[in-house]
Amino acid sequence: MSDHSLEHTAHGHDEHEHHETFWTKYVFSTDHKMISKQFLVTAILMAVLAMLMSMVFRLQLGWPDHKFPFLETILGKWGKGGKLDPSFYLGLVTIHGTIMVFFVLTGGLSGTFSNLLIPFQVGARDMASGFLNMLSYWFFFGSCVVMCASLVIETGPASGGWTIYPPLSALPQAIAGSGLGMTLWLVSMVLFIGSALLGGINYVVTVINLRTKGMSMTRLPLTIWAFTITAILGILSFPVLFAAALLLLFDRSFGTSFYLSDIFIGGAPLHYSGGSPILFQHLFWFLGHPEVYIVLLPALGLASEVISTQSRKPIFGYKAMIGSMLVIAFLSFIVWGHHMFITGMNPFLGSVFVFTTLLVAIPSAVKVFNYLATLWKANIVLSPAMLFAMGLVSFFISGGLTGIILGDSALDINIHDNYFVVAHFHIVMGSSAIFGMFAGVYHWFPRMFGRMMNKRLGYLHFWLTILGVYGTFFPMHFVGLAGAPRRYYAYTAYSGFDAAININYLISAFAIIGGLAQFIFVINFFYSMYRGKRSTQNPWKSNTIEWTAPIDGIHGNWPGEIPTVYRWPYDYSKPGHDDDFIPQTTPYSETKKSNLAGEEK
Amino acid sequence: MHTLLVWIVIILAVITVVRAVRILEMVNELGGDGHEDEITEKDNNFNGKLLLWFLVLGLGGMIWFTIDARKYLLPISASKHGVLTDAYLYQNFALIGIVFIITQILLFGYGYKYRHKKTNKAYFYPDNHKLEFWWTLIPGIVLIGLIVYGLKLWNDITGPAPKNSMLVEVYGKQFDFTARYAGSDNKLGNSFFRWITDENQLGVDEKDPASKDDKIARELHIPVNTPMDIKIHSRDVIHSVYLPHLRAQMNAVPGMTTQMNFVATITTAEMRKITNNPKFDYVMLCNKVCGVAHYNMNMKVVIDSPEDFKKWYKEQSLVFQPTETAPTPEAMPADSVKGMAEVAHNSKKIVATR
Ligand code: HEM
Ligand SMILES: [Cu+2]
Ligand SMILES: [Cu+2]
Repeated sequence: MSDHSLEHTAHGHDEHEHHETFWTKYVFSTDHKMISKQFLVTAILMAVLAMLMSMVFRLQLGWPDHKFPFLETILGKWGKGGKLDPSFYLGLVTIHGTIMVFFVLTGGLSGTFSNLLIPFQVGARDMASGFLNMLSYWFFFGSCVVMCASLVIETGPASGGWTIYPPLSALPQAIAGSGLGMTLWLVSMVLFIGSALLGGINYVVTVINLRTKGMSMTRLPLTIWAFTITAILGILSFPVLFAAALLLLFDRSFGTSFYLSDIFIGGAPLHYSGGSPILFQHLFWFLGHPEVYIVLLPALGLASEVISTQSRKPIFGYKAMIGSMLVIAFLSFIVWGHHMFITGMNPFLGSVFVFTTLLVAIPSAVKVFNYLATLWKANIVLSPAMLFAMGLVSFFISGGLTGIILGDSALDINIHDNYFVVAHFHIVMGSSAIFGMFAGVYHWFPRMFGRMMNKRLGYLHFWLTILGVYGTFFPMHFVGLAGAPRRYYAYTAYSGFDAAININYLISAFAIIGGLAQFIFVINFFYSMYRGKRSTQNPWKSNTIEWTAPIDGIHGNWPGEIPTVYRWPYDYSKPGHDDDFIPQTTPYSETKKSNLAGEEK
Repeated sequence: MHTLLVWIVIILAVITVVRAVRILEMVNELGGDGHEDEITEKDNNFNGKLLLWFLVLGLGGMIWFTIDARKYLLPISASKHGVLTDAYLYQNFALIGIVFIITQILLFGYGYKYRHKKTNKAYFYPDNHKLEFWWTLIPGIVLIGLIVYGLKLWNDITGPAPKNSMLVEVYGKQFDFTARYAGSDNKLGNSFFRWITDENQLGVDEKDPASKDDKIARELHIPVNTPMDIKIHSRDVIHSVYLPHLRAQMNAVPGMTTQMNFVATITTAEMRKITNNPKFDYVMLCNKVCGVAHYNMNMKVVIDSPEDFKKWYKEQSLVFQPTETAPTPEAMPADSVKGMAEVAHNSKKIVATR
């Protein structure tokens, strides 16, 4: 603390730092580093909750005839006699999906790493607006609280699936969870959207305006490109979800008929007329598809950075990586109909969506080839972060390939909404993004906390998790190919499933292995936060400038002037240079021997 | 009692955490040289080898599982178009299977082969435009091929039902399906949700002459090799009519009518022989979450020979059992008086598919 007052040059704004109280430092902090930790810790807690939910319904699916008395202990009336209640099953599935997609992989992932890395890697003292940034976290926190509260109310949480299609989500007569539970879901989501927009605008503005000297757009690390594109996707698509949710709220509370029409339920006709449930789906998926890239792109960005650093090799095709992210982002806005092939949408419109959807495979393939080319002839440091990043690439391939089948409407007819889809999106969106997040945490933990995570536990965590993921989700494709619908509490009603459902034991067993392995991570995380080995200044010998700032993290990030940037971030193993890395802050004039033609103007 | 149990579980969990932390500390103390968390050549070797083992055992396991899992899969398609989509599906699987295996071998293989060695230096190779051009173009061409063939199938499947198709309505509600056959005129009588009564669960218009010969059934019987035109309807929430064995699916959406058509080619009796399962039955499942009993919402489907179908059809009851006084369908004028509600209904009815 004291030494940095010596360096108190141009930036008077860190004077007030010394008067920080507990509240301004840890709770209502406007410092991007603290906010990023707040996002991360909240996301970890939510992820644990959502994962425990998936364990509960995996128990039900794996052993539908078995009684688990402890369910009654933890769930009360929803687990009477040790049997999970069917409506609570749907509630759990819904909240599990919502938490994972929105709270863990959108709020948690972007919130943590955009916040941590944008100011650090572009060379800024903080976000453009620290106050909006703080608000973004507290909106997020509020929405988490509301969502959790919906779990403990009398009528149960929202139960119509995370996609909340009306009329089911609009009518408490249709399912109890569509009463107060659904209202809370919508309130929570409105808060969440507020958080995502506040955060997103801040990220974009910071990247555009606050880059340090020399940090041109083509010298930005791929992480920053990914976060920026993600933020733009969010800014463009979340308002549409907001509108969709608002109209749903109107239908539910004020009797309008945006989504409802010709309904007879509970022994009586309802007054709604002229609405269309399909309209909701169009609005929802207009967000919903970009959303999967909002989840995935930051993970890919983190993986790109980790893979290049730990391969000790420049990322192959830097410009192509940016280009393919831009193309993916653009296409993601015109493919939403692939979720709706069999809703009765005009088949010609379906054809258009097939075309746009399958085009996404091209930039995705480019990314995969670029990763493989980066690994070729590399000198790979297999840190836990690197293993997770490679795991991400593996899942991105597996899940991307099954996406080719789902995107082809003729083939989608028979697998839509069944377990094939569940397997697909858990691999390509769920597991990839989670692995990207793990890669990020292991890699940047020293940047966050000034300490290292234990690598042995890291390795154990990785191997058990990748085993758990493939063991869970690979066989699940076959449950789908056997025709088993998703969101089913049990497969007892049709004997044709008896054989296929045997796979469910296997799936559940792997899921439990994978699930338990996460506690290794949680313990490692919280332990290392306080007791981990102190980190060195640049533990991964990385080029990016976040590692030039004091490792303990100070207000304003750099004590003196912000470093100037002279080169792109991927000069690893450059011929002619002794070290296998050249930080972005090293001018070309100091590396005469390794400069390529034209690099030294 | 329960709270006691909860406490025991919590205490055990805490003890586990404390033990794990203790182990961590001991590891840290043993490592003592301050570089415990640096990645060593030993780590690279060990994890590199594990990558290789994971690749070999993983791919092996997947291939074994895939071969073994054939017994779980749906039997051959019982619909005409399904045979084509199945073939296309397997071609797709072959294609993506090959790509999957090659790329995973490269990924994990490189992880092993190029694991860090102090004496090595990575090859500085930031790009290669020619390579990038080709690996953009080739997937592009393959995908265009898939798109073209896939869309041809899709157009054939979703095209209009042939003129001579048999018209049946599948009507979904929480939590069952009802089938309504159009009868000899092959026209379904009008229906509207406001006309639903206890006796008239589908809200069919009794005055519509087309409804006179409509029959309802709680099983869906389909004559083999007959083009079927299925109109789909729901009266409460969205359901989905899913016929996995026929590779057919379409949502049932309140406020609109959706449609699908297919030709069934294998009778139930034949399929029992094919699957070697005398108890085999076709089924229609609800495949859109629709409430608590979603998982129990289904209907038995029977594909009959033409003779069996005729026999079964005779036994089914009309929507409106004729009474002495009711005029016979023939006696009604073609455009019978329609209620206001129905006029309103028809004017805004959305027919989504061709
Ligand atoms: C611990 C690992 C996990 C297991 C064992 C697991 C298992 C499951 C299962 C069995 C379902 C129910 C599928 C259905 O009936 O439709 C489900 C739903 C879902 N899961 Fe997971 N899951 C896990 C992690 C994740 C992650 C990381 C994500 C992040 C994207 C995720 C997102 C979802 C979504 C979006 C749904 C759909 C919810 C809905 O139907 O509304 N899950 N999960
Ligand atoms: Cu999508
Ligand atoms: Cu249903």
